[in-house]
Amino acid sequence: MTGGALPWRPLLVPLAGLAVWEAMSHIGGVSNQILPPPEAVAHRLWDGFTTGGLSVDLAASLMRAGFGFALGATSGVAFGLMLGLSRWAGRLLGPLFLGYRQVALFAWVPLLSMWFGGGETGKIAFIALAAMAPAAVNTWRGTRALSRDYVELGAVLMFQPLDTIRLIALPGALPAILTGLRGALIAAWLATVGAELFLDVAPGLGGRMNEGRETFQLDLVLGSILLLGVVGLAFGRLAVFAETLLLRKRTA
Amino acid sequence: MARRGWLPDQILPAPGVVLATLREFTASGELGDATLISLQRVAEGFLVGAGGGLLFGGAIGLSSRLNSLFGPTFLALAQVPLLAWMPLMILLVGIDEALKVILIGIATFIPVVLNVAQGVRDVPVALREVGRVLLFDPWSMVTQIVLPAAVPSIFTGLREGLANAWQTVIAVELFASSEGLGYMMSWGRQLFQLDLVLAVVAVLAVIGLSMNLGLTRLEGRLGRWQVRVP
Repeated sequence: MTGGALPWRPLLVPLAGLAVWEAMSHIGGVSNQILPPPEAVAHRLWDGFTTGGLSVDLAASLMRAGFGFALGATSGVAFGLMLGLSRWAGRLLGPLFLGYRQVALFAWVPLLSMWFGGGETGKIAFIALAAMAPAAVNTWRGTRALSRDYVELGAVLMFQPLDTIRLIALPGALPAILTGLRGALIAAWLATVGAELFLDVAPGLGGRMNEGRETFQLDLVLGSILLLGVVGLAFGRLAVFAETLLLRKRTA
Repeated sequence: MARRGWLPDQILPAPGVVLATLREFTASGELGDATLISLQRVAEGFLVGAGGGLLFGGAIGLSSRLNSLFGPTFLALAQVPLLAWMPLMILLVGIDEALKVILIGIATFIPVVLNVAQGVRDVPVALREVGRVLLFDPWSMVTQIVLPAAVPSIFTGLREGLANAWQTVIAVELFASSEGLGYMMSWGRQLFQLDLVLAVVAVLAVIGLSMNLGLTRLEGRLGRWQVRVP
């Protein structure tokens, strides 16, 4: 029960891991080809950012993820609103959408690459598709759970559909929609890595990592993993931050 | 739309064509073999990942000391998109079965750990106190109180884990495999046989659906002896 009292404790395991890693790569037994020492990875990252094109790759990946997310999230929220608000859309398209959700996401890669090609369009289409599902599911759930009273109030006041969405559905379902957007952001990042690995080679962290694999540069591969993890973490934090900010406004 | 010839077969084949392809590949046994291989990989990876995840999740859920040691590191590593591990693992273990089992294992491990740890942590204090009053030893505390109370979260974790495992097997097979459903799709793409790609999509949908249904049934059955705390 003393766990909370020792703030340095969470650092113990990573530091020990680093030490073992460092020791293993220096004492020998493991060649640097298989396991480069930590400073080699750090050095590689530093080099990549100062001279190599790593910042270009990072920017390309972020841009791709951003575009795909924006596209997928807006269409997902719109689709979710439609499923939740229109009875016939929910009945007609709802089961179809749930069926679509059962298909593993990456199964769409071959199909999309045939339709949109393996270039930038295909990649963004895949990222958008990945981001759409969580946004749509949560928006749908959120709008379905709207209080009947509000919806009826809107009907009594003879709201236009757009007003219903703007004044009733969006504010009411905001927490669920934000949960969906957070899921969409994480899915978009995973899909970005997937698209860069599976589709045509282009600047991007996934492509760089694959190049590192093909040329057996483990420092590059490990450095890319580190970057991908940091960006993933940042996305998660950002989403939670935006969520608390927006929800605070709502209840205030 | 497709039948009227508005869209060529390379863009969107008619449902009838897809059905015929489905029938043809089922009859030849190729589809069945590919499905079995993919399912077997999922099963192996899922067992490894879920077993490890139950142990690790239970451990960091029960002991705040272990949690403060390993929890943050685990959470940080879990932020890395799963596919990012693939190039590294290919370098370390090659592209054989081990690669698939490891990646599917990781895919299962993460949600299982998250949910199990949360579930174990959230076991009502009242229940734990009952155990303490009855002078339960740690083993019976875990088996008779903590586990039953955490069943719903454990199940959520297993369900998410299985869904992840299923996603991952397709991804890995698309990228590095010469058998399985994912490979069949990438093969169909290379030959521009969209009907084959769509046929596999249909098989994936059916399998995903039946996994989901099966788990829901099982959950309902297990949930019956779940403890309720007022």
